[in-house]
Amino acid sequence: MTTEKTTLSSLPDEQHTSLLKRLTGANTLWIGLVLLVLVATFGAIRPDAIFQVTTLQFLLAETAVLLVLSVGMTFVIITSGIDLSVGSVLVFASVSSAMAMNAVSGGDATKAGWGVIGFGLLVAVVSGAAWGLLNGLLISWAKIPPLIVTLGSFGAAQGAALLLNNGSNVSGIPDKLNRTFGSGTYLGIPNIVIVAAVVTALGALLLSTTRFGRYTYAVGSNEEAARRVGISMRGHLTKVYLLAGTLAGLAGFMGNAFFRVAVVTGHETDNLNAIAAVVLGGTSIFGGMGSVLGTVFGVFIPAVLEKGLVIIGVKEFWQPIAVAIVLVAAVWLDQTRRRARNQR
Amino acid sequence: MSQPLLEARDLTKSYGTVEALRGASFTAYPGEVVSLIGDNGAGKSTLVKCLSGVEQPTGGTLTFDGAPLVLNSPNDARDLGIETVFQDLAIAPDLDPAANMFLGREILKPGVLGFFGVLDKKAMRRQASEHFTRFGATLQSIDVPIAALSGGQRQSVAVARSVAWASKLVFMDEPTAALGVVQRERVLDVIRRVRDEGVAVVLISHNMPEVLTVSDRVEVLRLGRRVARFKASDTSVEELVGAMTGALTQEDAA
Repeated sequence: MTTEKTTLSSLPDEQHTSLLKRLTGANTLWIGLVLLVLVATFGAIRPDAIFQVTTLQFLLAETAVLLVLSVGMTFVIITSGIDLSVGSVLVFASVSSAMAMNAVSGGDATKAGWGVIGFGLLVAVVSGAAWGLLNGLLISWAKIPPLIVTLGSFGAAQGAALLLNNGSNVSGIPDKLNRTFGSGTYLGIPNIVIVAAVVTALGALLLSTTRFGRYTYAVGSNEEAARRVGISMRGHLTKVYLLAGTLAGLAGFMGNAFFRVAVVTGHETDNLNAIAAVVLGGTSIFGGMGSVLGTVFGVFIPAVLEKGLVIIGVKEFWQPIAVAIVLVAAVWLDQTRRRARNQR
Repeated sequence: MSQPLLEARDLTKSYGTVEALRGASFTAYPGEVVSLIGDNGAGKSTLVKCLSGVEQPTGGTLTFDGAPLVLNSPNDARDLGIETVFQDLAIAPDLDPAANMFLGREILKPGVLGFFGVLDKKAMRRQASEHFTRFGATLQSIDVPIAALSGGQRQSVAVARSVAWASKLVFMDEPTAALGVVQRERVLDVIRRVRDEGVAVVLISHNMPEVLTVSDRVEVLRLGRRVARFKASDTSVEELVGAMTGALTQEDAA
């Protein structure tokens, strides 16, 4: 016993090496490199078009909404769950928020002021949260698999959104909202991107530094272990789906600001795009592992591919094929790593 | 003998038509190592689950320190200083050893950050590394996920975690099952040290020589009830096996 070397006492030294090791061992670094290589490749081919301020601004702004959805999705997937409803919830929140703003402005909110805009934000976030809460309660209390619950709310939220305005888009988004939040910029960065960045940073902090984040990992890593140490599974899962729904609501409001209209179509594959982004970013579909930073990379890889392919003159139809290859490769990598690790 | 720390009387537990416990009794005294043995299916694991709050017995009574006790959740047991090392370890493989040790008991940063639930990872790592060193769990790094550790190391982490939090009683469901010779010795050593600190240890094991080496007393379960109780110092492997298989019964044991 006395000759036993306890390496724990030399912790401070070890942390530096293991930090590097952890970085290289993590999918996040590789996925970040893939993104960098993509940008560099497209940049080398057409530097004039790629590194244009407007191209980058547009790329970022278009991706902002998906990024917010994907941050919520990251939490859900880390609990080894899934949320197929985010796109529909986004549409529902977007439509109900636009209609609510119109309603309190006598039918047309185009000239409305900050009070109405604030009310619209509240409606969007609350209606998103309500769908998230419903998902969470059905998953955690009724014990229905997340895939089925959110497949249900995927259809239901879309249907409800169509019912609200009889299947039409809702116009009348306040000009003020579009000018400031939707198309405005600060130091060249679109404001909508700044909002998405703040949400993402808060999400990253929540996941990596707080007890909420720790429980999210624990629940996804070993549900039974989490339950035995007294973590309330029901409560935590409900909160995670509530968070995803709330962010989808916020994303709906961001979409309103950006497009100046609440659109009822075009979000059918948001859920799959968000899932792809999260998984591309190194979050394990089996739960327990992942990061918000990885998701950021995962969101931008398809976006950069799409923009880049268009700019260098390749048919953009290649984009989904390229994303699919990277996606499948990412999951394969994750599984091989897990198998290697669990063999000990 | 002194007052029992934990006493179970006539516990029953059925899963559908399967009766796992049929009036099982069990007693643990303060500061002793008592082994709970029995053949496969005798109800050992079920009994431990009932005594640690994971499962709720269908019938029977519990007393703790002389007072009646109802355990509705593992938290109730933990609040009383009762910890359990489960056979399946119940650790989160993707979290590191320190995170596992403090799972459900996280230390938060002081002040505003703590209000927002921000973890004090440094403090947890430091305390965890102290605990692991104290209980002889040697790990190369406290930063790697548990899944990257060997089976023995995982087990050491699970044992160290429970022992660190137990102030009254620890249940250990086959804590040495996956271990090599050296690590097994170390766990037995931990068991003795925990007892010497005044904490009762309930050991579940299939290894009779091990049971006789480390225990003060032995209680035998068969077909969901207690069939015999021995002092470890004046019994033998033959006698224990006899009680487990039904060749030997004590009238007063149940």
